[in-house]
Amino acid sequence: MRNMYGRSLFGRSWLIAVFIFLYIPIVTLVVYSFNDSRLSTVWTGFTFKWYVDASHDRELIDGLIISLKLAFMSASLSVIFGTFTAFVLVRYGRFKGRGLLASMANAPLVMPDVIVGISLLLMLVALQKWLGFPERGIGTILLGHALIGTSFATVVIISRLREIDLRLEEAAMDLGCKPFQVFWLVTLPLIASALVSAFLLTFTLSFDDVVIAAFLSGPGSTTLPLVIFSRARLGLDPSINAVATVIIVVVSIGVIASSLYQLRAERRRQREVADAYAQGKS
Amino acid sequence: MASVTATTDREVLLRIDGVSKVFDGVVKAVDNVSLSVKKGEIFALVGSSGCGKSTLLRMLAGFETPTSGRIYLSGQDITDLTPYERPVNMMFQSYALFPHLNVWDNVAFGLRRDGLKGAELAKRVDAMLSLVQLSKYGKRKPHQLSGGQQQRVALARSLAKRPTLLLLDEPLGALDKKLRETTQLELVNIIEQVGVTCVLVTHDQEEAMTMASHIAVMDEGCFLQVGTPDEIYETPNSRFVASFVGNVNIFEGKVDEDEPDHITVICPECTHYVGHGITGTSGMRVAVALRPEKIQLSPVQPNKNHNWCAGEVVEIAYLGPHTTYHLKLETGMVLKVQQPNLTRKMADDLTWGDHVFAHWTRDAMVVLTE
Repeated sequence: MRNMYGRSLFGRSWLIAVFIFLYIPIVTLVVYSFNDSRLSTVWTGFTFKWYVDASHDRELIDGLIISLKLAFMSASLSVIFGTFTAFVLVRYGRFKGRGLLASMANAPLVMPDVIVGISLLLMLVALQKWLGFPERGIGTILLGHALIGTSFATVVIISRLREIDLRLEEAAMDLGCKPFQVFWLVTLPLIASALVSAFLLTFTLSFDDVVIAAFLSGPGSTTLPLVIFSRARLGLDPSINAVATVIIVVVSIGVIASSLYQLRAERRRQREVADAYAQGKS
Repeated sequence: MASVTATTDREVLLRIDGVSKVFDGVVKAVDNVSLSVKKGEIFALVGSSGCGKSTLLRMLAGFETPTSGRIYLSGQDITDLTPYERPVNMMFQSYALFPHLNVWDNVAFGLRRDGLKGAELAKRVDAMLSLVQLSKYGKRKPHQLSGGQQQRVALARSLAKRPTLLLLDEPLGALDKKLRETTQLELVNIIEQVGVTCVLVTHDQEEAMTMASHIAVMDEGCFLQVGTPDEIYETPNSRFVASFVGNVNIFEGKVDEDEPDHITVICPECTHYVGHGITGTSGMRVAVALRPEKIQLSPVQPNKNHNWCAGEVVEIAYLGPHTTYHLKLETGMVLKVQQPNLTRKMADDLTWGDHVFAHWTRDAMVVLTE
């Protein structure tokens, strides 16, 4: 059905303007990754050589591997910590310090990364002075990323946990589940989709972080964004465009596949519900 | 403690002994309630929302702990047992089926917690599914079922563990009216077939009367009256019970003549000659409750000096099997009268503005002192 805004010219032109605003930079990057010239301002011809260069660039590849590892670990930790935090906040009712925990869990969401990075750095330097460890490296970056990630994961999981009908958990207990079994057999499967969302979100947050990594990295722990950032200061290298294009393609395929899957699942579900009602009536 | 002599030879299965529940130290949800439910009985707790019936049911299931009092099941004190230790299962309001499991796994859920597997598990689950006539639906997910089918899955799941006591929380609340009537009897049939003792909670007094053998009417955390459906309907013990269960006309008046086999009550509208005695004195203020269907209408003045009054028809609700008339009496009171439609609608039927006489017999009404 058409609504009153259906064919407004304003709506359409606004949409197009936003798309241009969002995607022109990305398109530029993709196009210049095929540019034969070293200079990003002149187009001299089509080439794949930057892709070949990038695949032989040890520093870039190492950075990519470190970033993927780090993002995976950070996302895993964030989801685990986030699940516990959300569960305590939503299910344990009122307890002393609940309000404090609730607001503290959200604080890193609004805290500038620079501040998180510098405060962690100060703490780690002090710790190292007293105890002799930890050495700065992947572990310390992981600490920073998991700290931010836990907050984001908590927010995502809390909203799903609040939607779940408490009677489902009561029914499980009524049928013989001990509290841990209730969580494992009923709550966890029901929040699974939120856990996946939280994982993807925190993975991305870790993967594209420069600021915290810049404060907390040590020798041998240069993440991909750090590599790109340091090279950009020396003048842009087109092989970075190539790496970026590969990442964009992988992410796009992932996003498109997952939204297609969700769309189909939702359509199937609606059809099944409609069938069930038609059948119940007959 | 002296044992109470049972009125029938059935043994008492559930005994609630002086149970109270106070929330946050102030809100008395359930106030010193005692009750016995016999084996094989279907017992209904009725009351409007917030009367404490759901809290009482949740204490039976183990989701709430009584502030004081004890609960005994088959003679065993279960007050402090957790929900997963009690031989009690509940069918939840709006069913609470696990959305991530199919019908078969929903029914098997409780049995698996008891360590059942393989052929024995399959035998028990299949038996439950055939009991509720859903054998073909085992692979469906809950959202692929109609409301009535979901209700049957919920019933199968709560019966699968062969509980000693089955709790039903608004069992038909999520179904539409037409489906509810057929499902009520179906549900009772299955429960009686299994032979399980059952406590159900409902706000719908008709549902309670259809399904239960005994009813407790609750208000503000207390039982106002406990009895069979006909006792509750025909001899309510208070104004609240009389008007909560069905429709009623209430006349306020004073006892004039007080004899063991009859009393007369003088009201502004008319004099009532009631065919039963009361525990009271003459001159005492009482209410006379008269159900609309126990009144007859006539165009001529009845030839007696009590149990009738005159009025004008101000409202007519034609309901098919019967018609409800509202008569405005001289005192301004509106009398509800229900007449069976014994013939098809005729031209000389009562209409708005007609003056008629309402009359009733000495056994039609009940005197309420509370």
